Amino acid sequence: MARIDLVDLAQSYNGNDAPLESFALKPVTMTWRQGGAYALLGPSGCGKTTLLNLISGIVTPSRGQILFDGRDITPLSTQKRNIAQVFQFPVIYDTMTVGENLAFPLKNRGIAKAEVNARVKQIADLLDLTPYLNRKATRLTADAKQKISLGRGLVRSDVAAVLFDEPLTVIDPELKWQLRSKLKALHRELDLTMIYVTHDQTEALTFADTVVVMHDGRVVQSGTPAELFDKPAHTFVGYFIGSPGMNIVPAEVSGHEARIDGHVIGLHRNYGVLPAGKKIEIGVRPEFVDVAAPASGLLSATIERIDDLGRIQFARVRVGNTKLAARVPPGFSVSGDTAGLIFNPAYVHVYADSHLVEGVA
Amino acid sequence: MDKTINQKAWFLVLPVFLVVAFSAVLPLMTVVNYSMQDTFGNNQFFWNGVGWFKELLDPSTDLGGRFLASLGRNLFFSAVILAIEVPLGIVVALSMPREGWSVAACLVILALPLLIPWNVVGTIWQIFGRPDIGLLGYVLNHLGFNYNYVANDVDAWVTVIVMDVWHWTSLVALLCYAGLKSIPDAYYQAAQIDGASRWAVFKAIQLPKMNRVLLIAVLLRFMDSFMIYTEPFVVTGGGPGNSTTFVSIELVKIALGQFDLGKAAALSLAYNLIILIVCWVFYTVMTNAGSERPVKEGAA
Repeated sequence: MARIDLVDLAQSYNGNDAPLESFALKPVTMTWRQGGAYALLGPSGCGKTTLLNLISGIVTPSRGQILFDGRDITPLSTQKRNIAQVFQFPVIYDTMTVGENLAFPLKNRGIAKAEVNARVKQIADLLDLTPYLNRKATRLTADAKQKISLGRGLVRSDVAAVLFDEPLTVIDPELKWQLRSKLKALHRELDLTMIYVTHDQTEALTFADTVVVMHDGRVVQSGTPAELFDKPAHTFVGYFIGSPGMNIVPAEVSGHEARIDGHVIGLHRNYGVLPAGKKIEIGVRPEFVDVAAPASGLLSATIERIDDLGRIQFARVRVGNTKLAARVPPGFSVSGDTAGLIFNPAYVHVYADSHLVEGVA
Repeated sequence: MDKTINQKAWFLVLPVFLVVAFSAVLPLMTVVNYSMQDTFGNNQFFWNGVGWFKELLDPSTDLGGRFLASLGRNLFFSAVILAIEVPLGIVVALSMPREGWSVAACLVILALPLLIPWNVVGTIWQIFGRPDIGLLGYVLNHLGFNYNYVANDVDAWVTVIVMDVWHWTSLVALLCYAGLKSIPDAYYQAAQIDGASRWAVFKAIQLPKMNRVLLIAVLLRFMDSFMIYTEPFVVTGGGPGNSTTFVSIELVKIALGQFDLGKAAALSLAYNLIILIVCWVFYTVMTNAGSERPVKEGAA
């Protein structure tokens, strides 16, 4: 049980002298609360696995420190950190039974046999593995194997955090849901810090209470799923989270107004005069842009196609050279191939060089 | 729908039939034929039924005595070299580098003995071990060891075994190395997290993952050592006395030295049968090890 602090942590696989831009993980300072359920979300190669391996000690950081409850554990080996990690592909010890697999980490630490048996039994119960305890672990399905890998982490009573590195990759879709809700339940029951790496936003948003979005070796935003959805701090977050992603449109912004192709859109906040030389864009989620019949006063757009997602319809439209997605309100039927767009000003955000600009209310 | 009947395909199979017939079936049947007869040369044969096979299994006869004694030597030889080469090969594979230029260097060095022809290996060790001009023999004798593989049974055995270990441990090591390389990093990382010691990693991960390649290594080394001929023949010629005369050497002596075609044929059939049986046992073990199907959860 521990709070984990990262202080200026950075990792370069090309040596410490390499330019900062080439670092797999650029310096990051952040705190992981004891008992939190975190998701590390980002595309492949964004440094999320690197960050995970730094915390578990598989990789030694080029710079910075990792603190567990304020104690610097950066130089400690993986064995000495109280970390459990579940990998993408289930790791099980072929020659052992399920029970022996679960007991392995405890045996290695020289724990008395009676205590080992008690813990193994408890964890097997928790993971519904009890009927398989005496089976050879090789003969089980991928999801059972993944449960065993998880169990080997949980079986240690001193474990500070459980790290998951895309643990559901090899699991059948129908079982993914089961296993994920199992993880949620375990998290509630055991009060463990869990960090879950994934590139699947559904997985991240359903599992975690705090989602940490990474992009190109940097943490670009960390917040609740609602925060990420309503107020992305970076255009990447807006684009990466949500389906379809956020509309990002180049615009001129001053005061309470944004101009797209000369058309004025009202804003909820006052942005004053933005610094010159930066790329100014506005971002708005498709859910907050409605398609309407063309009318003066509305930004007019060319409709390219309609995506029917069943519960909701999105129109793919074009304004000048910019493509946007917009909601088709219930009951509205699209006719012709032009439409007007109605923006919900409360959800229109302004970005300067991809970073969110906070306006004044 | 009626099947099209076309017998032309037989012509495609015919060449294979002919090749197999002339290269395998007919020679084998010739040997079977010989094994039932006795000959005194001049292409005159006399029917002997299963007489040779009975003699083969009877240690009191000349043929049976020689066969069983050389078979015992052969099995002992195979057991000894397996007991040395397999663990040694594993140790070598474990201590090999996993990346960098040294990998290539190690692989080349390991492959060298495997590339040397059998009779050259024999010749190298024959000269290497000679007390008068061989580096090994000369040095040992000057250090006070009375080493002479021509005169002493034990020395001859040691030489033949060391020679085989030198020649073939590389094969086991290379196979094990391939097995080790195929273990994903996640296994080692998981073991680290589980706090496994070096020995536990070996026992729980490396050895089980090398299982398959080790079976192949044992199979190959057993077959090869069981059929060994050239190297001991070049080094010791089967001596001193008969102490390093293996089955193959005995077979050549009977067939080509004494021209006892009947006895030699019976012996070679028995020899062949032993190898077939061992092959079959290994094959069964290996395919059974590979046929593990995952059991669906809840099926129990």
